[in-house]
Amino acid sequence: MLSVHQLSVRFTSYETGLKKKETLVTSDLELAVEKGQVVAVAGSSGSGKSLLAHAILGILPGNARVSGEIMFKGTPVTPKRQIKIRGKEMALIPQSIGCLDPLMRIGKQITRAGILSGIEKNKVRVTNILRRYGLPDHTANMFPFQLSGGMARRVLLATATVGKADLIIADEPIHGLHEEVASDILSHLRELADQGKAILLITHDLSRSLLIADKVVVFYAGTTVEEASATAFSGEGKNLHHPYSRALWQALPQNGFFPVSGTQPVLDHLPEGCVFAPRCDKTKFICKIKRPPVMPTDGGFVRCFHA
Amino acid sequence: MKTVIVTYKTILRNKRLTTILSIILCILVFAGLSIAGFTISEKGLRTDLEERNLSPDACHIFGTDWLGRDMLTRIVKGLNLSLKIGLIAAGISTMIAVMLGLCSALFGGMVDFVIIWMIDLFMSLPHLVFLVLISFAAGGGAKGVVIGVAVTHWPALARVIRAEVLQLMNTEYIQIASKLGQSNTGIMTHHLLPHIVPQFLVGMILLFPHAILHEAGLSFIGMGLSPHTPAIGIILSESMRHLSTGYWWLAVIPGACLLFMVKLFDILGENIRDWVNPKILRG
Amino acid sequence: MIRQLLVKKVTHLASIVLSISVISFMLVSVSPIDPVRAYIGADMLAISRAQKEKIEERWGINEPMHVRYVKWFTELLHGNLGHSFIFNQKVTKVISTRFATSLWLMAAAWVISGMLGFVMGIVSGVMHGTFVDKLIRFYAYMLASTPTFWMGMLLLICFSMWLGWTPICCATPPGILLENVTFGQRIYHLILPAATLSIIGIANITLHTRQKLIDVLQSDFILFAISQGETIWGATRHHGIRNIILPAITIQFASFSELFGGSLLAETVFAYPGLGQATVLAGLKSDVPLLLGIVLFSVFFVFTGNTIADLIYTLVDPRIKAGAPK
Ligand SMILES: Nc1ncnc2c1ncn2[C@@H]1O[C@H](COP(=O)(O)OP(=O)(O)OP(=O)(O)O)[C@@H](O)[C@H]1O
Ligand code: SF4
Ligand SMILES: [Mg+2]
Repeated sequence: MLSVHQLSVRFTSYETGLKKKETLVTSDLELAVEKGQVVAVAGSSGSGKSLLAHAILGILPGNARVSGEIMFKGTPVTPKRQIKIRGKEMALIPQSIGCLDPLMRIGKQITRAGILSGIEKNKVRVTNILRRYGLPDHTANMFPFQLSGGMARRVLLATATVGKADLIIADEPIHGLHEEVASDILSHLRELADQGKAILLITHDLSRSLLIADKVVVFYAGTTVEEASATAFSGEGKNLHHPYSRALWQALPQNGFFPVSGTQPVLDHLPEGCVFAPRCDKTKFICKIKRPPVMPTDGGFVRCFHA
Repeated sequence: MKTVIVTYKTILRNKRLTTILSIILCILVFAGLSIAGFTISEKGLRTDLEERNLSPDACHIFGTDWLGRDMLTRIVKGLNLSLKIGLIAAGISTMIAVMLGLCSALFGGMVDFVIIWMIDLFMSLPHLVFLVLISFAAGGGAKGVVIGVAVTHWPALARVIRAEVLQLMNTEYIQIASKLGQSNTGIMTHHLLPHIVPQFLVGMILLFPHAILHEAGLSFIGMGLSPHTPAIGIILSESMRHLSTGYWWLAVIPGACLLFMVKLFDILGENIRDWVNPKILRG
Repeated sequence: MIRQLLVKKVTHLASIVLSISVISFMLVSVSPIDPVRAYIGADMLAISRAQKEKIEERWGINEPMHVRYVKWFTELLHGNLGHSFIFNQKVTKVISTRFATSLWLMAAAWVISGMLGFVMGIVSGVMHGTFVDKLIRFYAYMLASTPTFWMGMLLLICFSMWLGWTPICCATPPGILLENVTFGQRIYHLILPAATLSIIGIANITLHTRQKLIDVLQSDFILFAISQGETIWGATRHHGIRNIILPAITIQFASFSELFGGSLLAETVFAYPGLGQATVLAGLKSDVPLLLGIVLFSVFFVFTGNTIADLIYTLVDPRIKAGAPK
């Protein structure tokens, strides 16, 4: 359905002193989602997950430059095509609940999303979709400020699924939610995948996303370090190939809570070699001078010399 | 990469250059206008019935009016008068604004309350109505216009200055200075004045257009300068009576010159503001 | 909450009216203009000293100021603003008929400037940075510096003198009784003065709308709308306008002061017999009771606009409305 190859995003900005500056915020992203799959993109805050979503949809700010290749349904995605397919064939569940128009009633916002996705105005079934996500009918008459956090997330889910989009990119759809509400929303996403949609689940909550994901793509400092099947995240993580993936797995409370020492490097001061080298306990000389290439593994790929 | 930086710096320097150039240009125009006002011969103001209602030509580039007076002379004199009145009125207004704004912010309490109330009061009456009232109180004429324009233009600027000073007072370095025992006057002269002086300058220049336009408006409706003065408002009000005759230049040119001067002040004010860069609103 | 607000507003209004009445009374009292001389005009030489003194006594001119003020204010509280000698009518009557005429003009100008400014602001905001934006901004800045009355004269020269499309003056055709004037004739006489008066407001609303829209277009919900397949114009139409219309309306209501002031100039140019022209006449001919009456009325007019501007959020914005106790 969707595959991303060597995707990089850079920003040009003017520093104080008005020097022009380029920041490479994501580099060489690799990713693939198939029909019926939930692929989780896991990584810590600021690793470039939202930028990936925005790059796929073509809604990055004007000072961003994208390079690399995005394929959707077998054809390359160009800016022109993005305008045509966003909202219709691919839909976003945005990260912030501030993405709802503060002065428009919920029902109208869902209807508008439906119309934009290509449904005729009087065929948009707002009540149906509200009910599907467990929202009371009168939600349609409410304004965003009247919604609870959980309701707002469900409304965002509704706007993305009122149409017939085949790919749904969910950016932190369960962020800040209680266990109960979160697992409810996750199960809806799983259900959508089972109905034949492709779901890209962006999250920094690895353990929850493992509940529904088929595959996990691990992000670190603006690049993908590993793609593994969800089943690889088990036991002590022996089936994981990248040291960071393993560290991430072991940092979870149920696995002993072993934190990774050190912090993610600042994006404009990335190390020359492997981005994880400063924190890796297996670093060799070559790691410091050369970026590790993508190497296939049994469940996906890895970007490490010593996998 | 290097070339990019260089071009950007060049643009930056050019921006500063254009700012300074436009400031100089504006000042030159005003200087030229004043000099012209002094040197231009009074002859053009004299009635010359042989040269009546001439449309613009080489001899009278702005034409002549129904009494044969040269329009260029009248306009130059008129603009000079506007300049003078604007200068006095904007100067006084700015002074009032700075004083009240400062007092309001520095003393607070009752003083602040009274000043805010005054600002409120001044803004509760349409500007022009207030001007008519004051002009009436002063018995009309130049005195009425100057007083009127001077005492009604301060509220907006006073508000800006009050807010600015309050914000400054809350900044850390002034708080620290006062904790360190620096006297109030010391804080005034060392920390507040350097911020207020550019405000004063820019505020005054930006008040100019308002003052000039209100003077012209007041003269136009007949409540301002006396009918014998060569003022733009008077010229336009007289030409109202000759509109139907087709002597378009009597109305079009003086107004265009007024607009030109007002715009020039706007440009001057904004460029100086960009240059000294205080955050100031239009008065 | 709304009641509290209203009580506060009314107290505020009372304090303003009281202070303005004192100030304006003092101002007209210090005027060196002799009201009797102004009233009699050129016939001044024809009347005797005794006659003059008689008039002065009838008008109470030689009493101390505070005595006259108290008298005047007491009458004011009874709804009597005195007698206007230039119209030979009660001041209240002059103001009400004249305001009725001005209302047409001001309302038309208010609506035109509001709509035109709003539309230009939107176009400019959506296209910001482009040539169109620069053009609109240049236009707005130019208008902001243009003398109102001169603009009126230009329009008059162009449309009435040269093209002959519009009338030269007045609110109604000359020689026709007021009750026989048709709606069409009124509109016909309104076009130029209204266009002139609206010019004052356009710049303000255009620039304000433009900035507000640029800010709103940066927000998350617009980005989300774009991700749903909305174009920039579509996003503006469905989400942008909704989020900037209230501040624009507020600005427009807060501009009553400029509207009233501008009517003095516009009505003078077009000899439009409204309240603005009456203000000018009262000032020129020293009709003190009328001038004072109009001053108070204009305070009330400006206050109304500002109050509506203040209340509009409370009444219309769902976020504030819902927060208010029933
Ligand atoms: N417009 C921009 N200009 C420059 N840098 C940007 C811009 N937008 C984002 N970035 C940078 O890109 C990096 C990645 O941002 P992104 O929003 O994708 O992170 P994220 O992985 O989604 O984090 P989170 O989990 O907090 O949402 C951040 O370091 C951010 O500072
Ligand atoms: S490439 Fe080297 S530094 Fe990077 S993760 Fe693998 S072992 Fe560690
Ligand atoms: Mg994010």
